[in-house]
Amino acid sequence: MTLHADMLPRDSDRLAPPLPRWLAHLAKSRETALFVVLLALIACTGLARPQFLNLQNLRDVLLNVSIVALLTAGMTVVMLMRHIDLSVGSVVGISAYGVGCLFVAFPHLPVFIALAAGIGIGLLAGSINAALVALGRVPSLVATLSTLYIFRGADYAWVSGGQINASSLPDAFSKLATGSVLGIPTLALIAAIVLAGLALYLKQYRGGREYYAIGSNPEAARLAGIQVERRVMAGFLISGAIAGLAGALWLARFGTVDASTAKGIELQVVAAAVVGSVAITGGAGTILGATLGSLVLGVISIALVVLRISPFWEQAIQGALIVAAVAIDTLLARSLAQRMMRKRDHG
Amino acid sequence: MNRDQSSPPTPRLALRNASKSFGQVRALVDGNLVLMPGQVHALLGENGAGKSTLVKILAGAHAPDTGELSIDGTPQRFASPADARDAGIAVIYQEPTLFFDLSIAENIFMGRQPVDRLKRIDYDAMHREVATLLASLGVDLKPQQLVRGLSIADQQVIEIAKALSLNANVLIMDEPTAALSLPEVERLFAIVRGLRERGAAILFITHRLEEVFALAQHVTIMRDGAKVYDAPAHDMTTAEIVAKMVGRDLDTFYPKAEVAPGAIKLSVRGLTRVGVFKDISFDVRAGEIVALAGLVGAGRSEVARAIFGIDAIDSGEVSVAGRRLVSGRPDLALKAGLAMVPEDRRQQGLALELSIARNASMTVLGRLTRFGLISSKREVSLAGDWGQRLRLKANDLHAPAGTLSGGNQQKVVLGKWLATGPQVLIIDEPTRGIDVGAKAEVYAALSDLVRDGMAVLMISSELPEVLGMADRVLVMHEGRISAEIARAEANEERIMSAALGQADSFLGRAA
Repeated sequence: MTLHADMLPRDSDRLAPPLPRWLAHLAKSRETALFVVLLALIACTGLARPQFLNLQNLRDVLLNVSIVALLTAGMTVVMLMRHIDLSVGSVVGISAYGVGCLFVAFPHLPVFIALAAGIGIGLLAGSINAALVALGRVPSLVATLSTLYIFRGADYAWVSGGQINASSLPDAFSKLATGSVLGIPTLALIAAIVLAGLALYLKQYRGGREYYAIGSNPEAARLAGIQVERRVMAGFLISGAIAGLAGALWLARFGTVDASTAKGIELQVVAAAVVGSVAITGGAGTILGATLGSLVLGVISIALVVLRISPFWEQAIQGALIVAAVAIDTLLARSLAQRMMRKRDHG
Repeated sequence: MNRDQSSPPTPRLALRNASKSFGQVRALVDGNLVLMPGQVHALLGENGAGKSTLVKILAGAHAPDTGELSIDGTPQRFASPADARDAGIAVIYQEPTLFFDLSIAENIFMGRQPVDRLKRIDYDAMHREVATLLASLGVDLKPQQLVRGLSIADQQVIEIAKALSLNANVLIMDEPTAALSLPEVERLFAIVRGLRERGAAILFITHRLEEVFALAQHVTIMRDGAKVYDAPAHDMTTAEIVAKMVGRDLDTFYPKAEVAPGAIKLSVRGLTRVGVFKDISFDVRAGEIVALAGLVGAGRSEVARAIFGIDAIDSGEVSVAGRRLVSGRPDLALKAGLAMVPEDRRQQGLALELSIARNASMTVLGRLTRFGLISSKREVSLAGDWGQRLRLKANDLHAPAGTLSGGNQQKVVLGKWLATGPQVLIIDEPTRGIDVGAKAEVYAALSDLVRDGMAVLMISSELPEVLGMADRVLVMHEGRISAEIARAEANEERIMSAALGQADSFLGRAA
């Protein structure tokens, strides 16, 4: 990926010696650990089936992961604030179909406008989530679970059994998925630019840091003068906009869109975020980590195909990875707490 | 009292005749406080004297019902904590409110980070500034360090650094030393003295009298929601301070039964939970009420929870009627004849949505079953029996427990545990938040129990209750038993002194 050094955490010295070294290292940078896991995955699969390591597979991984990685980045923003956005799959579906309809009506629509329309649909959906959570004080799990069904329901009503076919799409739009710049698929490039921008915002801007503050301690955030409600609304808007963009890209990638497009993808997205060490309890996580999380899951799913392992295992492995990621976080937190107690008692 | 003596400079902060009620409870009746620049001012008082309410008013977290507040001589009204902050007031709580997932520097500068021309956060500048700030406080912390994992003492230092970076000149510290070790306390004192020399006005709330004399120039004492005394620190003695903090009439409604103590029923030896309490040993005999007194946070409830096996212990043992308990197994403790009525009735003692009968029978469901199903008839008859013995006022035993008054809720909890037929009863704050009449009934019930040979360990923050009901008083101070006082020798001054870690305790704080 294109996002690196400046996004690695700098707080490299937060743990003192008594922790086992491997644990300390892992804690220093979960991103490094994930990167190692990713390389190991690729190396092992490559050793078992040398034909795995070819350019076509690399392209497939990038194209497949790009959309999930985008959604995971949006989910990261929401999860940083201790919230969750389960409606993203439905937003992708409705945005993909909406953009498709636009092309049916205006076959020569510029690509740029199509992407903007997707983002617009996403913003609209996001604003409903934002209003429910920030103004209506509905817990985000419940609010976005209900909008998941509402948006999907609206999608079904709108599509009513029809579908959009690749033949309705102009070449320029399909090129997003098939074309490439300097060997990198255009779609992956767009995703990378969005991810890099979001990563920069979260790390380098006051507004970005506020997401971390709110998730880490909402009370302290209020005391620090942060407008929590406004920030939460912005978070859901970002997540919605990204899901809308992802919908348009989905259309470009697959060409065929019906009412069940991207159904259930929200769970994959949450899984990728958790594996990428975005804390479900808020306050911790990076875009780099989330992206690595979606890459790891994406590589696994292709590796399983290459290794001719039953797709059943893909889900089991996803589950196991989530458990492992959460277990490591819990172990670390507990060992830190214990160290603190000891220090107090001996101090 | 002698407010007019402090004539020449304008006070940094003055609060006069402030009051605040929460529903029926008058938390603050007549709050008065004057803070001068360059002075450390100690605020003293028992639990519930109104100190916390007063602090919250100064912090802008509560709006007072009456009274006036002025900063540098100009009247002010705080609508929010932000207003108080803008007026230069910083509050450092016992448990700081920080972002654990972020670095020290970000905690200090959240929302105010230095930025460059592109509005990007200038991390280097921020870290430099914080490094200077931390160095000026003489602490060895790095700006890039995460706050998670830092000790409470270090977290407080970060709050102080934040206050300095905001140019706060009124610093309010609410029991900052309660969770600190001795070297940490000394470091904090050095910092506070430094701030004082820079001209800050500091309000220091503590339960440790030696700290008052080590640090404060002026002392204000509160009792029952009002200021009762204020004077320069060097004009006062420890005995005077304790007398002013306590001084009130003993109520007379304690029907304490005189029972000759029998065999040892509960025996605790060397109980230790690292960082919470240490080396707790005592016995309770049949027919005896032993009170565990001390200030909030001294570790009393934690000891009770450990005895019952809810919390794990690091060493020590507990026996009930001569049989050693397996630690960490409340179910076995219950079988061995131990029962515990917890401190927080609503959270830990009752299922408020369930019926009174269901609540009262919860501990003994096994005995009420017929063919494996719970017999509702037996449930109601059990609740009815205990209800009568404890004089429960309830029209309908099927009504949710949440509909009862506080006193009657407490009787349900008591009945629920008594239904198990315990030999030893641990009761934590038996009368918290219930009215006077109901209190008397709870005391009468306790008295009946010891007459029947029950051994009772009672945790209480209310001194009159301790003096009125207990055969012996164990006083805890910072996780240790600092004194054991027999009924005949117990008085408020002695208990308070021991709770503060003073004088006739056999384990001083310096130990």
